[in-house]
Amino acid sequence: MVEIAALSVAVSAAGTALGAVLAIPGALWIAFGRSPFRRALLALFTVGLGLPPVAVGLAVAFALWRSGPLGFLDVLYTPGAMVLAQTIVVFPLIGTLAVVALRGIDPTLPAQLAGLGLRARDRYVLLAREVAPGLVAALLAGFGRAIAEVGAAQMSGGNIEGQTRVLTTATMLAVGRGEFGEAFGYVAVLLGIMAVASGVALALQARWA
Amino acid sequence: MFRHAFLSALLCLGLLPLPAAAAPPAVVLATTTSTQDTGLLDVLVPAFEKASGYTVKTIAVGTGAALAMGERGDADVLLVHAPGAEASYMAKGRGLSRALVMHNAFIVVGPPSDPARVKGSATAQDAFAAIARTGAPFVSRADDSGTNIKELALWKAAGVTPEGSWYVKTGSGMGDTLHVASQKAAYTLSDDGTYLSQRATLSLVPVVEDAKDLLNVYHVIVVKPIPGRVSDLAGGEAFASFVVSPQGQQIIRTFGRERFGRPLFTPDAGKGE
Repeated sequence: MVEIAALSVAVSAAGTALGAVLAIPGALWIAFGRSPFRRALLALFTVGLGLPPVAVGLAVAFALWRSGPLGFLDVLYTPGAMVLAQTIVVFPLIGTLAVVALRGIDPTLPAQLAGLGLRARDRYVLLAREVAPGLVAALLAGFGRAIAEVGAAQMSGGNIEGQTRVLTTATMLAVGRGEFGEAFGYVAVLLGIMAVASGVALALQARWA
Repeated sequence: MFRHAFLSALLCLGLLPLPAAAAPPAVVLATTTSTQDTGLLDVLVPAFEKASGYTVKTIAVGTGAALAMGERGDADVLLVHAPGAEASYMAKGRGLSRALVMHNAFIVVGPPSDPARVKGSATAQDAFAAIARTGAPFVSRADDSGTNIKELALWKAAGVTPEGSWYVKTGSGMGDTLHVASQKAAYTLSDDGTYLSQRATLSLVPVVEDAKDLLNVYHVIVVKPIPGRVSDLAGGEAFASFVVSPQGQQIIRTFGRERFGRPLFTPDAGKGE
């Protein structure tokens, strides 16, 4: 149980981190850039919100099968493959919410701060503090989606005991075996993890508010 | 800035597979949900890993999907139970060897009220004909699993084309399908191991068992590697040898005795078909 929960957290956190690395620069560009292609990226993020994890899992599995184009890597049914799938699942959500957060700040704020005669470095810190709570919310949402989804984890990880079994795939297996008590146990742990993650996020937001 | 961050992200993604690729190669075992849902693999696979030093990646799918994985070279060894489909797989030249491992029995289960009056039928075929005649609900795996292939063969033998509102297709594994049948008070075909291991949570009773058309035979097949693709022939062969070895057969012989009061599978290695 501990091992399964730990893998769930590790894979989802890695997927969220990579998703953020992909999405947040894009969100900055959408919110503050001038290029007409910004709309195209925003559309990609928004459409991606509806991307079913199982479709992502299928695409990742298809690419990583030994008979697939990336089969030579031999990484299907590893935590790495799961992280790859979850990164694709969460980056549109993180991107969309980050755009909302970044657009939420007063567009005249940079000019105002400049008018106060602050140094560039201090202006940057103040701006970062302004957007941090929104970005934390985006990361929390991404983590929640990653740890709660089952389709991508099952298809890319294979639910292998001791290797790629996470809370959601373990729940499905327990139900298939008629072990409903065990299934509810996994769900309870999942909810506990989300409660802790939310608590951490709220604390961070309160600190920067 | 955007381009820079994007490139670094791509780099991170590219680096991801490296630690996994450096790990020792693992044998991919494609097998059926019944071997996983009964818990047999939870005993058999660790014993093999301990005895051989190999790591096994067990992918539990239906027999049809397992054979398809073997055909594409996506698995090294298969543990499956659809002799007809296995024979055509071997005929395609995609298997290096195929050996008898064990059997248990299929079992027709249904609601205790037995609306189609099939309890005590001599064969499953007779029971299926009666179920279709009375229109009593029947739940099918409909997932190209070994059990599903067997079920379709039984309908064919009974001279019935199963369709209509009484015939429900779940597209799910054995455990899930049993629960659907239980909730719908319907009949279904199960391997007796999965039924036995889940009986406590089901309101289903055996209606036909020990019939001559209900034998459920498992074979292990070593997949022929496809040149140029990742494979682990030695690992696949090691697993196949292990399940038919005295140690593997002993695990199969005793599995389930403690928990269910009787073994769920009968080891058959070396016996004639």
